[in-house]
Amino acid sequence: MLVAKVDNALRLSAVDRKATSLGLAIGQPLANARAMLPDLKVVATNDPADMKLLTQIADWCDRFTPYVALDGPRHLLLDVTGVAHLFGGEQAMLDRIRKSLQVQGFALRGALAGTAVAARALACYRDGTAIASGEEEQAVRPLPVEALNLGAVTTHALRRAGLKTVGQVASRKRSELVARLGAATLAILDEALGATAKPITPRRPPPDYWQEENFAEPVATEELIRATLNSLTSTLAKTLEQQGQGARRLEAVFFRADGAVRRIAIEMGAPTREPAIIDRLFREKLETLADPLDPGFGFDLIRLCVIRVEPITSEGVDFDAATNAQSEISFLIDRLTARFGSHRILSFQPNDTHIPEEAWVAIPAQHARPSKLSWRKMQKEKDAPRRPPRLFKKPELVDFTTLQHFTWRKARRIVTQCEGPERIAMEWWQHETRQPPRDYFRVEDGEGRRYWLYCRGIPSQWFLHGVFA
Amino acid sequence: MKNLDKTVCTPEQTLCMSGPPSDICPRRLKNLETLKVLFNKPEFKQSSTRTPLGHGDIDFCLKGGIQHGVLHEVFAVTGHEASATGFVAGLAARVAADKPLLWIRPDFSAQEFGELSPIGLLELGLDPIRIFLLGVANASDGLRAAKDALSCGALGAVVIEISGNPKILDLLASRRLTLAASQKSVTAFLLRFGAQPGASAAETRWLVRGSASQAQGEDWGHPVFKVELVRNRHGKTGLWFMEWNCDGRIFQSSTADHSAVVSASAN
Repeated sequence: MLVAKVDNALRLSAVDRKATSLGLAIGQPLANARAMLPDLKVVATNDPADMKLLTQIADWCDRFTPYVALDGPRHLLLDVTGVAHLFGGEQAMLDRIRKSLQVQGFALRGALAGTAVAARALACYRDGTAIASGEEEQAVRPLPVEALNLGAVTTHALRRAGLKTVGQVASRKRSELVARLGAATLAILDEALGATAKPITPRRPPPDYWQEENFAEPVATEELIRATLNSLTSTLAKTLEQQGQGARRLEAVFFRADGAVRRIAIEMGAPTREPAIIDRLFREKLETLADPLDPGFGFDLIRLCVIRVEPITSEGVDFDAATNAQSEISFLIDRLTARFGSHRILSFQPNDTHIPEEAWVAIPAQHARPSKLSWRKMQKEKDAPRRPPRLFKKPELVDFTTLQHFTWRKARRIVTQCEGPERIAMEWWQHETRQPPRDYFRVEDGEGRRYWLYCRGIPSQWFLHGVFA
Repeated sequence: MKNLDKTVCTPEQTLCMSGPPSDICPRRLKNLETLKVLFNKPEFKQSSTRTPLGHGDIDFCLKGGIQHGVLHEVFAVTGHEASATGFVAGLAARVAADKPLLWIRPDFSAQEFGELSPIGLLELGLDPIRIFLLGVANASDGLRAAKDALSCGALGAVVIEISGNPKILDLLASRRLTLAASQKSVTAFLLRFGAQPGASAAETRWLVRGSASQAQGEDWGHPVFKVELVRNRHGKTGLWFMEWNCDGRIFQSSTADHSAVVSASAN
């Protein structure tokens, strides 16, 4: 027995079979139910946990079709267009899904129809039916108006008007319905009757290409998993080649026999369809997973999806050395990305500002494209560097009270040379509160170390920003 | 890793391995370059390409310049980490020329010694477009990545920053790096901060600290390093003052030449 707070009152939100037989119903206030049955066992609703469970079931459903959508708090929609024949027809597929979920301990209702709304209505009132596309009208007409799931207000209005079944609603004039209920309601009605069909919104972007392998006996050994991935890759590569496409992002989905689903994605800097490269990247990724792939009792389905494709422009073997070098580098970057993550391998791009720490951005090398800006030196010809090669992200406070020496990291450094100031004003249009300008000095100590210090504000505070070579 | 050990073997073994029933990775046997390496064991053949640094005495000691396709170790004197960074940047710029450069640095290093600044490196004479930065969590990740990167022949050089003396960086690890470097002739530089020199297979070992500039006032002068070549497998060692010319991208002897070659026999 579940209870939830609805309209500021505790009402029953879910009841089990035994409670139903004793006369309890969803929507009843808890106080009434308690009055009827004093020793009622009540549990508070946990919506996030319900949602999580539904998501897990949706993950499990991914094995039947990649088009799985969450619908409301309790429904799942599966678009099985073009896949039902793999499971022996629509009725057989529906029976199989229902049976597998019942075996796992879920109580469920399911139906299959040509449109999402019709399928949902049938699932609630005609559990287990699968009807062919075009027969929705006949099947849905006798159902009560609640089956349309129009919301409490509209349903109530229809009942008050004496329209108790979907068929009765549909028999009214369309203009009347639009005037009374709005065009959106009419669209739902049309969909329920199979007149129009709206595509569902899948949870994940559907892959452009995919290839899968089913196992009668779950596989658990690493060699077998690797060999499967290998064969899937080569099959996909052939398809991609026919289409003149290359993959930028690939995902391997492992469906465990006990329902758990694990997804592993790799990404490439340039479109590729070379099975050897894809294989190598998956190996790198699988080797370095923080929580390794746990086969448990084995995987019964392995699927390889191409999530993002791009056309490959240059065809065939390239004899140009520069292009080869470029592709070698991008393969290295892909490997390092697969191993360490794309935020780890960076390349630099100039940024149009004179603030020293913001003069560049480090972006994932895999996504780097040539920048329109060019790098600008601050130093003149034959001059010493004016910017240090090592810069602290957060400038460190130093004690610089006398001109002879300063203290940084608890060590006193004697100043032998000092050059400056170079004034850098802060960008007033970037910050709401005005930042004081910085006066930068290059300072050398007795041991030949060169520091980059700045002072700021009144009374002035000294910071060490970087160290020169 | 096992395969790497196996390449260190005698020629007789090599011949057996090149037959069809071999347990060595077939990918490795594929190219002629690898076979060459296999045949020239026990001391596998090293590429003899050298780039002169520009400093006459040092180039003489190095038999013509810094060698490609081997491992070089640069130790920073404590407190002179930025100088060592500049020195390695100079070496890498000389060796890599127009090829890209991979710089591997642990996250800790960016906190402690400052993040690498592309503007600063640009002013030293390196093109930021050709620098890739890999941040790693620890030394073992860094070494693994380095070994992988050295197998990419399109790279000019790989710089691996390591702070302290991690256990993982032992003689074996440095041998592996040397071997990986020799395969595609990509030069590896180990940049060591706060470390004590230990046993290693490095070709050269340098001890670097900054040195006071001779110029006064506004003209600040190019970076000057006090460099001690403490180990050189194929030549003499010594102590020099070097200046890095940012415009010419070349080392030169410091204007106030207080250098004196301290000759010692090669080990």
